[in-house]
Amino acid sequence: MVTSGKGGVGKTTTTANIGTALSFSGQKVVLIDTDIGLRNLDVILGLENRIVYDLVDVITGNCRYKQALIRDKRFGNLFLMPAAQTKDKNSVRPEEMKALCEELKENFDYVVVDCPAGIERGFYNAIAGAERAIVVTTPEVSAVRDADRVIGLLETSGLRDAKLIINRFRPRMARQGDMMEIEDVIDILAIDLLGVVPEDEKIVVSTNRGEPAVMENGWGAGEAYRRIARRIQGEEVALMNFEMKPGFFGRLKKIIGVN
Amino acid sequence: MKLWDSFAKKFAAPKQKKEPAGSRAQARDRLRLVLVHDRATISPVMMDKLKEELLQTLSHYMQVDEVASVACLEQTDKEVRLVATFPIIKLNRNYAENIS
Repeated sequence: MVTSGKGGVGKTTTTANIGTALSFSGQKVVLIDTDIGLRNLDVILGLENRIVYDLVDVITGNCRYKQALIRDKRFGNLFLMPAAQTKDKNSVRPEEMKALCEELKENFDYVVVDCPAGIERGFYNAIAGAERAIVVTTPEVSAVRDADRVIGLLETSGLRDAKLIINRFRPRMARQGDMMEIEDVIDILAIDLLGVVPEDEKIVVSTNRGEPAVMENGWGAGEAYRRIARRIQGEEVALMNFEMKPGFFGRLKKIIGVN
Repeated sequence: MKLWDSFAKKFAAPKQKKEPAGSRAQARDRLRLVLVHDRATISPVMMDKLKEELLQTLSHYMQVDEVASVACLEQTDKEVRLVATFPIIKLNRNYAENIS
C-alpha cells in the first residue's frame, strides 16, 4: 500500500507508475483506489471512461470484483479497481477491505493499494489488507512531518517495515543548500529508502495525457519509478545519480568515459 | 561605470546569496524540533510496559514501592523527557546474587 499522510505529494502518481512498471516486467498487477469521493487513479492511468462498477459496488455485493476491474489494454496484465466517486466514504470497513485484498492476492502477483490523504477511515481501510507499506514524502518540512506521523501509525498497526520514497526531489536546490538532502530525510524518518524521484515536468504532461511516466523511455521520474519497481521485486538497483545533470557535456563525458 | 556596476551585480549576486546558510539546515532543524513534540505521545500500553521493565531492572538492585512509582513524559520547549519516580524501600546489599 502507498501512503503519505499529507496530500499532494504524489501517492497516486507513484501508485500508477509502480503498477505500470511492475506490469511491464510481466507481473500481474491490480491497483486499488481507496480514495472514495476523491478518486484520481483512474484519470492518471487514462481509464476514467471505462468505469462501470467501483469498489463500493464490490464491497456491498452489487457486483463481483471481476466486473469492477478495468483491464488496461496497453499493458494487458494491469488492472484497476476504481474508487466510488459519489458514494458515502464510510461505506467501506477495514474488515471488508481485508477480505477483498485476500481474495485479490490469490489471483494477482501484486495488489497495490492507493491510500487517501489523511489518517481517517480511508487510511485504515487501505492498510487493512496490506503486507508492505510504501510511504511517499517530498523533502519539505510539512510532508516529512506528516510522513513521520503515518510511519508511527503504520507501526502501531503492525506494518513495521515501511519503505520510503522521496518524491519531487530537486538536486539543484539541494546542491545550493536550499532543500533538504536525501540523507537528511532518511536520518529524520529512520526508515529504509526505496527510491528517490526527481521533480520532473514530464509528470504534468503524462498526467494530462493519462499515460504514466514510466511508459516513456528516458531519464527523470519515469526512470526513477522503473528502478523502484525493480527494487520492489527484490532486485538491487543503484540510486539514480543526481550529481551531474546529463546535459550535453554530461552525455559527452559519459560517451568518452571521462568523469 | 554604470555598465561595470551592472556587470558586477550580475556576477556578484549569486556569490552573496550563498553566504547565509541555505534553508536546508533550517528545514532540518525545525523538523527535528517539531518531531520531538509530535512523537512525544506514547501509548499508555507502551508506557506501562516501559515502567514494568524499568521495575524489573531495578529489582536487581533495590526494592521499590511499585504502587507509588510513576513514569511519564514531560515536555519543555526544547526537549521531551522521561521522568520517573521510584520510591526506594530497601537497597540490595549484594545485587550480583540477585541478578542470576
